Order: sequence, then structure tokens, then C-alpha cells
Amino acid sequence: MIRDETVKLDLKPAGGPSERPISIAIVAMGGQGGGVLTDWIVALAEDQGWIAQSTSVPGVAQRTGATIYYIEMMPAGLGGRRPILAQMPTPGDVDVVIASEYMEAGRSILRGIVTPDRTVLIASSHRTLAVTEKMAPGEGIADNGAVADAVHIAARRQIVFDMNAVAIDHGSVISAALFGALAASATLPFAREAFQGIIRQGGKGIQASLATFDAAFDRAMHGAPPSEAPPAAAAAKLPERLADRRADALLQTLRATLPQEAHDMAFLGLKKVVDFQDAAYGEEYLSRLADLHARDAAAGGTDHGFAFTVEAAKHLANAMVYDDLIRVARSKTRTARRDRIRTELGVRAEQIVRTTEYMHPRMEEFVSAMPAPLARWFLRHRRFYDWANRRIDKGRRVSTYSLRWFLALSLLGAMRPTRRWSLRHQTETRHREDWLSAASGALQTNYALAVAILKFRRLIKGYSDTHVRSLSKFNKVMKTTQTIADRDDAAMWAGLLLSAAVKDASHDSLDGAIRTIETIR
Amino acid sequence: MAERSFAREVEHLRLGAGDIFRGEGILAITKALLQAGVSYVGGYQGSPISHLMDVLADANDILDELGVNFQSSASEATAAAMLSASVMYPLRGAVAWKSTVGTNVASDALANLASGGVTGGAMVIVGEDYGEGSSIMQERTHAFAMKSQMWLLDPRPDHACIVDLIEKGFELSEASNTPVMLQVRVRSCHMTGSFVARDNVRPAFTIADALNNPKRNLDRIVLPPAAYEHEQEKIRKRLPAAIDFIRSHRLNEFFGERSGRTGIIVQGGMYNSLVRALQFLGLSDAYGDVRLPVYVMNVGYPTIPDEVEDFCRGLDAVLVVEEGQPDYIEQSITTVLARAAVAAQVRGKAYLPMGGDYTAAVLTKGIEAFLEDFDPARLGNRPPKPDVAPLMASPAIARLKEAVPARPPGLCTGCPERPIFAAMKLVEQELGAHHVSADIGCHLFSILPPFNIGATTMGFGLGAASASAFNVKAEKRAIAVMGDGGFWHNGLTSGIGNAVFNKHDGVFLIVDNFYSSATGGQDILSSRALNKRRKTNNSIVDAVKGIGAKWVRQVDRTYDVTRMRAVLREALTTKEEGPKIIVASSECMLNRQRREKPKVAQAIKAGARTVTARFGVDEEVCTGDHACIRLSGCPSLSVKQLDDPLRDDPVASIDNSCVACGNCGEVADAAVLCPSFYQADVIHNPTRWDRLKERLAAPVIAFLQRRQDRRAICFEA
Repeated sequence: MIRDETVKLDLKPAGGPSERPISIAIVAMGGQGGGVLTDWIVALAEDQGWIAQSTSVPGVAQRTGATIYYIEMMPAGLGGRRPILAQMPTPGDVDVVIASEYMEAGRSILRGIVTPDRTVLIASSHRTLAVTEKMAPGEGIADNGAVADAVHIAARRQIVFDMNAVAIDHGSVISAALFGALAASATLPFAREAFQGIIRQGGKGIQASLATFDAAFDRAMHGAPPSEAPPAAAAAKLPERLADRRADALLQTLRATLPQEAHDMAFLGLKKVVDFQDAAYGEEYLSRLADLHARDAAAGGTDHGFAFTVEAAKHLANAMVYDDLIRVARSKTRTARRDRIRTELGVRAEQIVRTTEYMHPRMEEFVSAMPAPLARWFLRHRRFYDWANRRIDKGRRVSTYSLRWFLALSLLGAMRPTRRWSLRHQTETRHREDWLSAASGALQTNYALAVAILKFRRLIKGYSDTHVRSLSKFNKVMKTTQTIADRDDAAMWAGLLLSAAVKDASHDSLDGAIRTIETIR
Repeated sequence: MAERSFAREVEHLRLGAGDIFRGEGILAITKALLQAGVSYVGGYQGSPISHLMDVLADANDILDELGVNFQSSASEATAAAMLSASVMYPLRGAVAWKSTVGTNVASDALANLASGGVTGGAMVIVGEDYGEGSSIMQERTHAFAMKSQMWLLDPRPDHACIVDLIEKGFELSEASNTPVMLQVRVRSCHMTGSFVARDNVRPAFTIADALNNPKRNLDRIVLPPAAYEHEQEKIRKRLPAAIDFIRSHRLNEFFGERSGRTGIIVQGGMYNSLVRALQFLGLSDAYGDVRLPVYVMNVGYPTIPDEVEDFCRGLDAVLVVEEGQPDYIEQSITTVLARAAVAAQVRGKAYLPMGGDYTAAVLTKGIEAFLEDFDPARLGNRPPKPDVAPLMASPAIARLKEAVPARPPGLCTGCPERPIFAAMKLVEQELGAHHVSADIGCHLFSILPPFNIGATTMGFGLGAASASAFNVKAEKRAIAVMGDGGFWHNGLTSGIGNAVFNKHDGVFLIVDNFYSSATGGQDILSSRALNKRRKTNNSIVDAVKGIGAKWVRQVDRTYDVTRMRAVLREALTTKEEGPKIIVASSECMLNRQRREKPKVAQAIKAGARTVTARFGVDEEVCTGDHACIRLSGCPSLSVKQLDDPLRDDPVASIDNSCVACGNCGEVADAAVLCPSFYQADVIHNPTRWDRLKERLAAPVIAFLQRRQDRRAICFEA
């Protein structure tokens, strides 16, 4: 047993921590309805004869920033004495925290207002991404797992589910769902009917609010209805045979030439490249992949679960499916697209939907789509090039489903067979082969590095200038990796370079990583 | 039209004697002014005072009934100068603003007012924007009260106390011929509560009476020799009169048991936090039954020496709870006790932090340490206090700290200022970075991600003025940004007039969104709405031309990014001399949606042909680079992870809060980003002509699509 060395004074208690009010903090983003919820809770308490007080600091945060509303409530004392209520939450002394967004729930834990001895955390699990998460030129989304782990140790009890979805399903806003979850939490000594009564006193959308309240209440009490359970992630089994003769031939080649591990990915890749061009392009994909697989096997790929082949199946498909005018035209004219847009917008049959595309093609795009000799001629004759560019290089508002534009786009899409002779195709093929030979070159000496190099393909994206910038990033990463290719930990560094490049639009953190690598070289 | 309508709350202003008033603090203050019988009210909006201005603007009928003249002042200086009506006439008047920024602007007029003194009660209500959530520099209004000798009221956060102090404050002002400041902190302004109302009072002497019977008195004007006399009056007459009044009307309060060796002196506004802290220490219950003597200074300035001496006599030490710095009150109390040779020691900032919020947690720590040193027996058996340190030290919290992204405020969905900054960003890519002087307003969000534009901000309307020094020949020009609110507040003269006069060669960008938007969408001179009580529709372009500007460009649709960029480029590169002024105009989307949304819904319901629009992204075309987001930051433009193993990075995605402002498409066009964006127009209740057009195109489109589908190789089993 540990010795207790606390100084014990021989004194009578000056008084215990006396009764304190019930405290509720609402953490939200400006404009998310935190004010409405606050008003409801105050009205509820007052309706039940309690004394309640709310405060907030709207200020600039009302423009989408993180903000907090705070409520305290307590019955009047003997002889109707009014309690003195605090104006802001004290860390470690909050009974209920209501978070209207998942990262805001995380922020409330960082503020210290969610503590294991006291706090019931009611949070919606949906995410509204912060600007910094969206800005990254790749995946930059914050880690939900960090919040989940922290909630686990910080909250006395948690009620967490997607309350935003519940609200949307019932045609209302999240405040009604949060109010329902609060009622279900039984943290306030008021009956469900009292909560509903407050909503009824409101002005607009009472029915939708009540439906949302009820749905959230039930969900908080009984958990998710069975239908909402996530579907078992049954891996899409590769089909045995396909009805389409050409597709089936490709499928059988795939089965015959590639290891089991790569089947699923290769099938996805195959569909993508065939959709981009034609069956012959699919054959090309499979044969290039089979060749890479042979090298993989020679380098002991069996021990690695043929990771190289799997990565190649993914990134080779992406590399072969480059973004050009023809692809854009085809995707804009697909049958499925218009249906998708109608569904997304919830359009009824009698309504008409029209779309306008914001396109800005330049001479560069047209030239690169031309047969290589003609394209080179244009590039050599700047005067013609500039003359044409002056007519082409401007923003165009394309009304997709007008006769004129739909025909034009279809015509452009129909130019698909000419793609293989284009300058762009030559450029892309050359670039792709350089990358693949760098990757397979590393296979013999450093398997992990070879896989890492394949993954660099992820950096190439965008159109026009963005595409050019992404290429330069790719080149930087590639060049730096080659300088350390002989190190055993080269793959680790390559991974670091890749994630620096994915997360940062300015080259700052990438350049930082490169400088670090230069020092270890 | 302001962002929030108070039409419902305004009815509470009619409550009479004995009725219970419930509502926000700022509404209680408004009601108190009517109960005090004010003749005129003015002010300038800004958090946390905006709602007071909005309520008054919505309360025309009641104000008319009571004969109260309400002015939306052009600036805080205008509002302060308005109080001159109380100099010669027995008129009560109140003005309000955000402090300390507003008090800075007003201080010239306030100093003149305080020197000559007042006949009618004059009150300045300052929203003290200090501490967490503040949008301004951290300073105290206290200093202004002291330097100009105006009494500073700092009531306990309790509606009844605040209302009472406002009514008493007018009497104090009249009894001491001195203007009074009433300071309310942000949380008190937005705090809900209740009080027992009294009847509104119609002023006996009206402004019309004053106009019909003009009075003047040379003694009241700040000119020698009267100015010297004013100083003597302040010392000999006004201060003693004020001290007398404050004592006899017990504006300051004493709570708690008169026992033990220590006491606490607290600013009125800090009282609730103090009680909570004492509760944590086991020295109070929830109803404010404190076990220490507490002296609550509802009057922050002047200090009442007799009260302080009486309170402190017999105590070993007192703790002064005074938020913010410098420690004016602590110094004042120390001086009072030293002069009176009272032995009690004064402590304050020695135990409490010099700056920052005095939260209950901060006070608990400070008071405990103070009592440890001076009266440890008081702490008894030390009941457990809330303590989050162990939790905060756990590794899961450390990991959470890494994960949670900052969420600064930003421009709203569809904001017309977004395309302006997108254009500035594109010009930056062409011509390099420039020195940008920013201003106060929504446009200041440009300094944050994703735009990161703007180097300094020197105060409201001073964006243009703060570029003054950069008026030399160089390879690049300075750019100054200013909003329409700041422009009319003072920017027209301090910035544009100054630039014209000094032949400044820089670029001056005026963001005209038709309202004072950041403060809640109040009307200003150039608002385009019709306002029965104000004259709107005064053009900014005419104003700058009137003041002598020659190179003036108006962009009437800021969403035209290509044009916006061209105008900026021209302004930065033209050979023409003198200021290059760009007025970029489009209506604040928040206000516009509030007006248009109900109309559209109604039209659709009524069966009228209506087009609604939204933007979308073709997932297949988007490559997930997010260059569009780096030029936007729109809340409705986000990213989503696709259910496609071939793709690692999330693609752009637009949610249903999109208002189809067009920025995404325009930016994609101007920056030549990508063809992923489309605008989808939904025609509700289409006409026969719409349907005919649709029927003509449909077969051809269907044929072409079927052909494409037929030729595709099918991988379905």
C-alpha cells in the first residue's frame, strides 16, 4: 500500500462541495443551429419551473468557426432564492456536452469539459471537414479513430451516432436530433413529452422536427435498427465467366496470367482501361501486368503476397487511363450520368434538369489529342499555333443536353480510336515506361522500394497547369528516391516523401522532407 | 435589413410595471433605456452590441410612441458627438458600441463631452469584447473612463442588477454632470435571464422642446479659459458629487460573512465566476451565500475611498479580482489604503494572472493560493475540485491534439467575396505576391486559409490609410482592401481622399456587399435595399469620383472571376498615375438567401415556372487534387472518399447547401483547373416551350447514348 502523505489538518469541514447546477455545453460550428438548441433547452427548464441561464460568444465564430454555447439550470432555493449561475463551462465540471460534429466532440475533450467522473457526451458522428483537411492535394482528412479513443476514456457515458443523417432522413435539421438524444440520455429530470412540448411551441417545421426528435430518441435508446448495420464487406468475387465474349476472353487471360492475390484489383483495372479505350487496350494492360508479375515472381514476390503485382494492377490502370478531352467528353455524355444527377438532386419526373459545364480547353489539349506528326507540326509553327489558340483558349459554358453541344461532345467522344496515334499517348506511354522500369529495376535489390515507387503514381493528377505541377512533384520525389535507392530503409523514406507530397500543395513540406534526406545521404 | 429579425422580441419592450421580462441581456439593456426615459439613442453595430442596434431598428413603433429618436450613427465618433445634446438640455441620451475599438474611435468626442460636462444624463454602453471569442485587441475600457473622467459602471451579470444600474446611472450622470459608461461583457450581452419590468417613461422634455428653445453657454465649450475651469470642476465638484451619489445609493454591494482575516474585492462583471470558484473551494453555496466578506464594485471607476477603507479595516489581506491589465483597480485600492494608513495588504495580480479570462478555474487556483498564504484555516478540509490534469496527460488525448484540425471562421457558402480573393490569388500566381493592407470586416477572413492574403489590419475603415507609406515607385504596387462598412465609417476620407490628395499609386479594392455584413447585415449608405427610414442607394463609385479619384472600375458581379482578375491585373500594371480604385459589388449571400429563399419556395408552390440551381462534381472527371478548394474554401465544397480501390485520394464534392453562386465553375474556368464542375438547373413547373425543347433533343440524345452503351464491352456477369 502507498503511504498517504497528504497533510491532514485537524479542522472541521468548511463545507462540502455544495449542490451545483446541471451544466450543459453545446459545441458547434457557427450557423449550425446551436442557438436554436440552446433556446429549446432553456425554455424546457423554465417550463418545468427551473431557473436556467444560457450564454454564448457568437462574434466572428458565427461565420462557420468553432463556437460554444453554455447552459446552467437549477431549481430555485428555499424561499425562491435564485442561484448564481456561471457564464462559462469549467473544465471537469460539465454534466452534458452536446457536439454537433465529430471533430468538435474531439475539441470539447481537449477543452477539458468532458471528464470520466461527470460528463455524458452526446455527439453526432458525421464530419464537416475543416478547410485545412479539404485543401490538401490528396487525402488530408483528420483521424476519426483518435476521437473515438479519446471519447472512450474521457466520457462517463456516450451517445454517438450520425444525428445529421437522422435529421436529413426526417426533413429537419440536426438541432432536433440532438434534442432527441438529450431527452433519451435522461440527464435532465424532465419527461419526453416536456421536450416535445417545447418543439411544439416553435414556429416552423414542427412536424419534421418532432419526427427527427423521435427518431433520434429511439435510436439513442435502442441503438441502430438492424437494417442500418454495415453490410458485411463481402469482397466482390471475381466472376467465373462473362456473357460478353470479348470481356470473357480478357477475364480468362487475367485468370491465367496473374496470381490470385491480384485478381480483384486487376479486374477493376481491366474494366477501367477497357472503358477508356477498347479491348485491345485491355489486352495491353494484362500483358504488361503479366510481364511485371513475372519479374515480381523472380524477385521472390511469393513471400510478399505479390504486393508488387497488386500495386502495379492498380497504378498501371490509372497510368493508362490518362485524362484527356475524349475521356471528359465521354463521361459527360453517359446515360448513367444524367440519371445520377437527377437522383442526387431529388428531381421529380415532371421537372426538367439542364446542366452547364464549365470548360476551358486550350490549344495544348487539342494539339496533344492530334496525331503526333500533325501535333509536332503545330508546335513547330508557333504562328499557326498562337492563331488557333486565340480562338480556342477561352472559357466555355457548355449546356450539355442541348442538341448542339451534345452532338459536339459525342463527336469528340467518338474520336476514341484515334487516341493511340496522338501526341499525348506517346508522351504518356514514354512516361509510364520510365516509371515502370524504375520500379521493376528496384525489385531485385529492394522489394519494398519497388512497391513504393509504384505508389508514386498517385501524385499525378489534374488537368493543364495542375497536371504540369503534379508531374514536377512526381519528378522531385522520384529523383530524390533514386539518390538513396541503395539504402536499406529507402522504402521508408520514399513513403515519407509521398505522404509529404500528398498533404501539401505548396512544396514546403515536400522540400523539407527532401532536405532531411539530403542530410542523411 | 439586419441578419436577425427582432420583431417578436421587440414586443417585450412594451412590458409594464410588474411584468416579468425574459430574454437576452442586450434586450434587457434596451428595455432599461426606455424605462429610464431616454430621448435619443445612437450607436454603431459590432459584436456584442449589434443586437441592441438591431432591436432598436426593429422597434420604430415603440420608439415613436415614446418620442425617442434613434439614429444609426455613421461611426462611434458620430455616436459620441450625438451625446452633446445632453450638454445644455435636460435630455437623457444613450449610445452604444463595441469596445475598446469603438471607444478608440469615439474618444475625441468623449473627451470634449467629459470636459464640458452634461446637464441631462448621458450614457455610453460599451460591449467589452475581451477574452475568449473576442475579435479585437485585448485592452480595457477602464483606461478611457479614467483619462476623461467618466464613471464606469460594471454591473454583476444579473438582468435586474444591470437594468437597475442603467436607471441609476442616468441619475448619477445628472447628479455629477458627468457622462457615464456602462460596461457589459460579451457573455452578459448574450446571457438569458429575467427581471421585473417597470413602465417605460416618456421624456418630459423632448428634443423638439430643445430645438424650439435653443440654449448656449460659453462655459461649457472646451476653449480657454473654460477648459481650465472644467478641470477644476471635475476635481472639486463632479468627483465628490459622484462619490456621494454612489455611496448613498449603494451602487456597490457587500456580500458574505463579516468574519475572518481576509476579504475579496471583485469587479461586478466577475461576480458569477467568483461565486463558482468559491463554491469549488467550499466557501459558498450555489445561491451566493459566501463565507468570506466580498465587496462587489459595480462601479469600476471611481473608487469610493470610504467604502474601501471600511471594508478592509480589520482584515489582514484583501484579494482584488480584476480581469485584464493594467491592474488599475488594484493600484487604486492600494493607494486608498496607504493614504488612510489601513494595514490590510492588497493582493491581486500576485495570485491571479495579469491577462486573459478570469474563468472559475483560474479564480479557484488564485483564491486558494491567496488563502493558503493568509488564512489557510478557511480552506477547511479542502473538498475535491474539478481537476482535468490527469485526463489531459493521457496518450489518447495527446493523439487527439494532433488529430483535431483548427476551425477558424470563414466566408459563408456563396459569399460574393470569395471570388474576389480567388481572383487575387490568381493574380498573385501571375504577378507575384504583393503587400496587402487588410481592413476589418468579413473580408478579413482572407488572411486565413485557403487564401492567406493580407499583411496588416489597422482598424475599421483604415485599410486604405494603412497603405499610405507604400507610395513610392517600385516594381510592385501595394493593394489595400476595405469593405463598404469601413468605407462609410471613415475610409472615404481617411483612405481614398488621402490617396487622391497624396497622388498614391496603389490599388484600392472596395468590397461592396450592400450591408455592414460582418456585424449582422445592417443597412448602410450604399445598401441597395429600400429602407423607409433611411436614405440608401448612394453609390460608392460616385463618392470616390466625387472626392477626385480618376481610375475607378466597378465590377458589378464579383463572381465573374475572369473579369475580376483582369481588372486587378490592369490596376496593378497600368501606367496611369494616382490611386487605382476597384469597387467590387455583389450582395451578401446570407442576406440574399434570407430574402429569396421563401420567395422561390412560394413561387414553386404556386405553380410558377422557377429555376433552382446547384453545382455538382463529376467524380469520374475529378482527379482529387483539390486545387479548386485552395481557391475557394466554400463550406459547401468538400471532399469525399470514393468506394473505389483504384483511387487513393478523395474527390471534390458539393453538398446540398450549395446556392449556385457560380464561384466553383468560374474559378475552374479562370484558373483552367478542370472540367469536373457542372451547374445543374432544375426547372420547376416547366412551360410548354420548355417541354417542347426537351422533347426535340431527347430522341437524339437517347439514340447517341444507346449507341455508346451498346458498343461498350460489358463486364457484368
